[in-house]
Amino acid sequence: MTIWDAHIHLSGVPGDTPEARLERLLEYADRLGIERVCVFMGMKWSYDPSPDDLRQQNDEVWRAIRHFPERAFGFVYLNPNHLAASLAELDRCVRDGPMVGVKLWVARRCHEPALDPLVRRAAELKAVVLQHTYLKATGNLPGESTPTDLAQLAARHPDASFIAAHTGADWELGIRALRDTPNVSVELCGFDPTAGVTEMAVREVGAARVLYGSDAGGRSFASQLAKVLGAQISAADKQLILRDNLKRLLTPILQTKGIRI
Amino acid sequence: MNTLSALNRREFVQTAATAALAGFGSARAAAAPRSKAPAGTGRHPAWVDVNVTLGRWPFRRLPFDETSTLVGKLRQQGVTAAWAGTFDGVFHHDLAAANARLAEDCRRQGRGWLRPFGSVNPKLPGWKRDLQQCAEAHQMAGIRLHPTYHGYALDDAAFAQLLVLAGRHRLIVQIVADLEDERTQHPLARVPHANLQPLVPLLRAGTGARVVVLNWARSASLPLAKQLAEAGACLDIATVENVGGVDNLVRQLSVDRVVFGSHAPLFYFESAALKLQESALTAETSWAIRAGNAMRLLSPV
Ligand SMILES: [Zn+2]
Repeated sequence: MTIWDAHIHLSGVPGDTPEARLERLLEYADRLGIERVCVFMGMKWSYDPSPDDLRQQNDEVWRAIRHFPERAFGFVYLNPNHLAASLAELDRCVRDGPMVGVKLWVARRCHEPALDPLVRRAAELKAVVLQHTYLKATGNLPGESTPTDLAQLAARHPDASFIAAHTGADWELGIRALRDTPNVSVELCGFDPTAGVTEMAVREVGAARVLYGSDAGGRSFASQLAKVLGAQISAADKQLILRDNLKRLLTPILQTKGIRI
Repeated sequence: MNTLSALNRREFVQTAATAALAGFGSARAAAAPRSKAPAGTGRHPAWVDVNVTLGRWPFRRLPFDETSTLVGKLRQQGVTAAWAGTFDGVFHHDLAAANARLAEDCRRQGRGWLRPFGSVNPKLPGWKRDLQQCAEAHQMAGIRLHPTYHGYALDDAAFAQLLVLAGRHRLIVQIVADLEDERTQHPLARVPHANLQPLVPLLRAGTGARVVVLNWARSASLPLAKQLAEAGACLDIATVENVGGVDNLVRQLSVDRVVFGSHAPLFYFESAALKLQESALTAETSWAIRAGNAMRLLSPV
């Protein structure tokens, strides 16, 4: 199997520079046979980053991936509360830079119309949009999106492609909420390796819409990879989830940029 | 089927955790670094999973929630023995019946492959009888406690009393800090984290009980885990996260305080197994975590 990880951060490992941290993360990835990783957000996070903060975090990711062009893809981190600055970052990092996707976290719930200009621009650039989704029994953050929020956004943008990071974490609800929205892939990272998640995802949305990701370094590559390797699904479906689906989602933008893989 | 039976110890140490990746690994799926293997225990190296649970999880069917299929899965991965509690022991009040079923279920698997760890709740009337039955009637090696699901804190006098009694009966005491992430619990069954701090002075005071803390990583900080380990407790790896988490844990605690627990079948077994591979442990460390420490707990000096 070839493995690409849809979701890692420059966190959870020591290192004074972004590239030092990514180097450490790739050492761990090597031990589990993970070939490529998608990286986003900087060395210090904030829920509602200012334009300056966004630029700094994206600079850190840019700097890190520059050292590992064969191993790491960058996604640009945007904040819908700062639309102009986010559109400018999208152009700087994706249109004119090396990044291939968009990361949206918890600054603003994603069903809101404020996101539409960002998504339209991302779709023009063929950048996939990865949106954090969570359903917390303990209560979501005010700007934290649910899978249902993402289903609404994605329905308004049938030409854009989306990744539901964490599939809501309460995955039985998340998978159901996203089942009928074909331009959203459900991504498995960032919650406990609860048995059955991948089997249900494959059953409900089909293996072609399921993605492996880890949320390393805060999570272990191992615990998250286990969700796929330990699932009672076919080897062919595992290969789709571990790499092929992500490669398919990234292919349009990689081709546009002339990046060969 | 034990696919590893043909391997010698050193090969096993290098490939055991890789079993989960068997057939999938790329050339880069590197093995643990070579180092001198500990003195032999034969061609079937032990691998003890101290954290499995039998029966039905109330909120979903799990892929391996039949005892025979769970045992088949663990064997196929190379596990040679497992310590089992039951979900009935978490949710039922008639623990005597739950423990009797657990003992019988384990016996049916043959030759001590599954060791039953009966549940005891020191807030239930008549709990001492449950404990005594676990020790005497069922000849169990230990018991499993669920303080958060059973609604008591570890500074409760009844818990201290239980530790003393368990020590007297030479029972290992497993304390389950969590069963699942508090953020994704069923809304009708929200259970708080365990506060493990009061366990430190109790262990230091020396109750004679050998304590293993399971699924602790969302309940306890690493400094608290270190205090627990220094006071004599062992901790499992089922909920340890972060890249290289097991290696980090061993460095912070001590090699002889970390035990292999998968939390299967609620968690995919491969999670704990692959963590060993991610941490690239030495052969000695890997052996201690997979089997040596659990065996030491079973046969105290
Ligand atoms: Zn993340």
